[in-house]
Amino acid sequence: MYECWKGFKEGKWQNEINVRDFIQANYTPYEGDSFFLAGPTKRTTELMTKLNTLLTIEKQYGGVLDIDTTTVSSLTSYKPGYLDKEKEIIVGLQTNRPLKRGVNPFGGIRMARQACEAYGYKLSDKIEDEFQFRTTHNDGVFRAYSDEMRLARKSSIITGLPDAYGRGRIIGDYRRVALYGIDRLIEEKKKDKAHIAQDESMNYATVRQLEELFQQITFLGKMKEMAAMYGFDISQPATNAKEAVQWLYFGYLAAIKEQNGAAMSLGRTATFIDIYIERDLKNGVLTEEEAQEIMDDFVMKLRMARHLRTPEYNELFGGDPMWITEAVGGMGEDGRTLVTKNSYRVLNTLYNLGSAPEPNLTILWSESLPENFKKFCSKVSIDTDSIQYENDDVMRPHYGDDYAIACCVSAMKVGKQMQFFGARCNLAKLLLLTLNGGYDTTSGIHIGPQKEVMADEILDFDKVKERFDEYVEWLMKLYVNTMNVIHYMHDKYAYEKSQMALHDTDVERFMAFGVAGLSVITDSLSAIKYATVKPIRDENGFIVDFETEGEFPKYGNDDDRVDLIAKDLTHQVITELRKTPTYRNAIHTLSVLTITSNVAYGKKTGATPDGRKKGEPFAPGANPMHNREENGALASLNSVAKISYDDCRDGISNTFSITPDALGKDDESKVDNLVHVLDGYFHQKAHHINVNVLNRETLMAAYEHPEDYPNLTVRVSGYAVNFVKLSREQQREVISRTFHERLA
Amino acid sequence: MNGYINSVQSFGAVDGPGVRYVIFMQGCPLRCSCCHNPDTWDFSKDQEVTPEDLLSKILRFKSYFGADGGVTVSGGEALMQSEFVTELFTLCRKENIHTCLDTSGCILDEKVKNLLSVTDLVLLDIKYTNEEDYRNYVGCSFEDVLEFYDYLEKQEIPTWIRQVIIPTKNDDEENISRLKEIISKRPKCTKKVELLPFRKLCQPKYDNLNLHFAFGDIPEPTPEKVKELQKLITNRHAD
Repeated sequence: MYECWKGFKEGKWQNEINVRDFIQANYTPYEGDSFFLAGPTKRTTELMTKLNTLLTIEKQYGGVLDIDTTTVSSLTSYKPGYLDKEKEIIVGLQTNRPLKRGVNPFGGIRMARQACEAYGYKLSDKIEDEFQFRTTHNDGVFRAYSDEMRLARKSSIITGLPDAYGRGRIIGDYRRVALYGIDRLIEEKKKDKAHIAQDESMNYATVRQLEELFQQITFLGKMKEMAAMYGFDISQPATNAKEAVQWLYFGYLAAIKEQNGAAMSLGRTATFIDIYIERDLKNGVLTEEEAQEIMDDFVMKLRMARHLRTPEYNELFGGDPMWITEAVGGMGEDGRTLVTKNSYRVLNTLYNLGSAPEPNLTILWSESLPENFKKFCSKVSIDTDSIQYENDDVMRPHYGDDYAIACCVSAMKVGKQMQFFGARCNLAKLLLLTLNGGYDTTSGIHIGPQKEVMADEILDFDKVKERFDEYVEWLMKLYVNTMNVIHYMHDKYAYEKSQMALHDTDVERFMAFGVAGLSVITDSLSAIKYATVKPIRDENGFIVDFETEGEFPKYGNDDDRVDLIAKDLTHQVITELRKTPTYRNAIHTLSVLTITSNVAYGKKTGATPDGRKKGEPFAPGANPMHNREENGALASLNSVAKISYDDCRDGISNTFSITPDALGKDDESKVDNLVHVLDGYFHQKAHHINVNVLNRETLMAAYEHPEDYPNLTVRVSGYAVNFVKLSREQQREVISRTFHERLA
Repeated sequence: MNGYINSVQSFGAVDGPGVRYVIFMQGCPLRCSCCHNPDTWDFSKDQEVTPEDLLSKILRFKSYFGADGGVTVSGGEALMQSEFVTELFTLCRKENIHTCLDTSGCILDEKVKNLLSVTDLVLLDIKYTNEEDYRNYVGCSFEDVLEFYDYLEKQEIPTWIRQVIIPTKNDDEENISRLKEIISKRPKCTKKVELLPFRKLCQPKYDNLNLHFAFGDIPEPTPEKVKELQKLITNRHAD
């Protein structure tokens, strides 16, 4: 046994790469309360003050502090950078200076060029020249796109596709770096490569895998070099808690230097780290205050992670999030909780460093979680609005007890599964396309099966649904094929070498599709079914608006008549998607998640039969439409809970905002009531919830005086944002969103 | 027997303990000047429900109730439909759902006594502490309310006393000391005293109904004021 593993229980994990086995053999479940937690040290506060100053300047500079336009971002292309070399406990920055952004043109040179120009920089000739002779992912995709795929993109029936930037949503098992050291990881990959070369016939898939393994091994080597530049040798396993965090962070840092993927999640690291902390505490070489300081410093590093994006991208997603999602808590398959003291410490960073959107702290909620931990999470939500919850009890049966969340809601086994990210299609627009026989009135594009515009004076539900089914069939086939092109090219031209090196060689893949506008189409179909919907036509006969008369049940009131429309739609979509084979035999999955793009989707969609006007925002994710709830908050949750996770294995996002006064009379009952809400919602097999406990007045004040609320954090669809970084339009949308409040 | 309701609120966290499903009954014999639900006054029969149907709706929310939560019937005045509420509470109790009645306590007849026999907790609004104010601003006799309160004491039915603090009307120490005295005579049933701030968020409801909000010109009390008065009430009744 390595000297550095001394004190750990032996197991399978020593003979194979198996982090889960290590955790299960060695972790210490914690069911106590939060009173052991330490506040910030003087050092932490000083460092955070320094970082806050930089963040303020970054904001004053329009969102970007500085760009290195002459260096292509990679693991070793920058000199070491520090926030404060003397004071930092965990080191490593993406470039040579804090918050300075690197350029990463592998996804697409155009995006990199535009991003530089938007902030007053110019991409250097050196890089421009270099990429003249290089094919980017974006180049590859557009070489292969069919005309119809281009039109689908242009008309925004499918949108947000990762065809011009890194696809992200891949989580390296960064813990492996700490537990095994790089040399062991290289050794294992070499073995895998030799086995494949020996045993498999050299078809396309085998050759591709051999090349990928070569790249993985190369980049593991670069990880070592990168760490060496900071004065660390990570060829061997970490020997203590501080090193474990440092090694793990180097793994993550390598990933974000190499890739500018949309979502670069961290994984499930807190309980893993706890094992090292417990060992050090036991050996008397670490105090609680020092343990917290390590976690505070680590989180500070994560808060400094940046990618260079275009302003359009930032507008879509509300600032420049990286979705550094860390999954916290959950239960083990043996019934022990995976909550440890370090689960508390990572949440405690929100108090020690102040609220912030990143890392995207995600509680894996189970009804069996220790009551103390449930209450602590509830308190953190009420105090900070910075965390989200996902149902461990529905995910664990699919993914076991060592999965994490990529981006907002996408579960995957750490180091064993990855996904091909696929944005979303616009179902509300698809309904309008159906009615207009394959003509999109907002873009003026003809796409899909070409038919007569529906001629009925009053829309007939059965006729509409029959035709709609045909359009679903058409779109889902096109959607899968478009994704196949994108991910083939991403693998070819922008393969995630560092991240995939921290996966098993034989990895399971998901292809994650999504829908937007679920509540809009659901209420629209309900209106057509239960009320009288009269189409209004323009001079060319196209349907551009509706007169809807009479009552109809609306999604969000726990009314099966309409809620089941939503449930059936998601089932229909995933069933259709599954009919078209995927690249690399990925498993089709579906999400109901819009991020903040519900505003942008609404802008590009005409008036709908539910009464939504042209251009008005959609509700985010699986949320019911604003102001259509008549029976209060829990009825709304019950409606969302009906959508089946089996159909939407990539996640069902719901955002819940409540005023403090409506949650309970005193602090204790507020905490308890929120725990009851979460237990009750997840008991019904619901998947995800964002919780905001704040006053509409606070948001109004922040809208008027953003300078007074630099750190106001709100949860949106699957992640958190700084409210002041949202566009004005998004801010208005968040304010207008249903707040659950009621007269006392 | 069927009931007539105004609306339901699936997430009530301020009308009784824990997370509660709150049912607002339609119709009230009183006309409180401070009322925040004027839309529940008239005895319209727009929304008719059976106890069984309402129970099946309530059961959809049972998973949120935890150990403390349950159902609260409010109004309007629930006592005007006591037979219906009795049936509903009986069904709830069979499902182990905690039952709570939010009332003015203006009626006490045999039917109401039946209802109280299946009620786990009463939220009794003592709006003022003298007969004159009750006549002027409520529309019933204070004696009726005290008789109701006496019955709760006699039966030892757990009760929370609630009073809405209205500036210039009852926000003085004199009123609070009278309230304390009233409460101290009924120590067995009284478990808690809650002072609530008078709120005017209901003004649009009055406007929509073309009704005059009698206390519309009275300002809301400051949270500090309500806290200060709450302190004057000893918490020795709290359980």
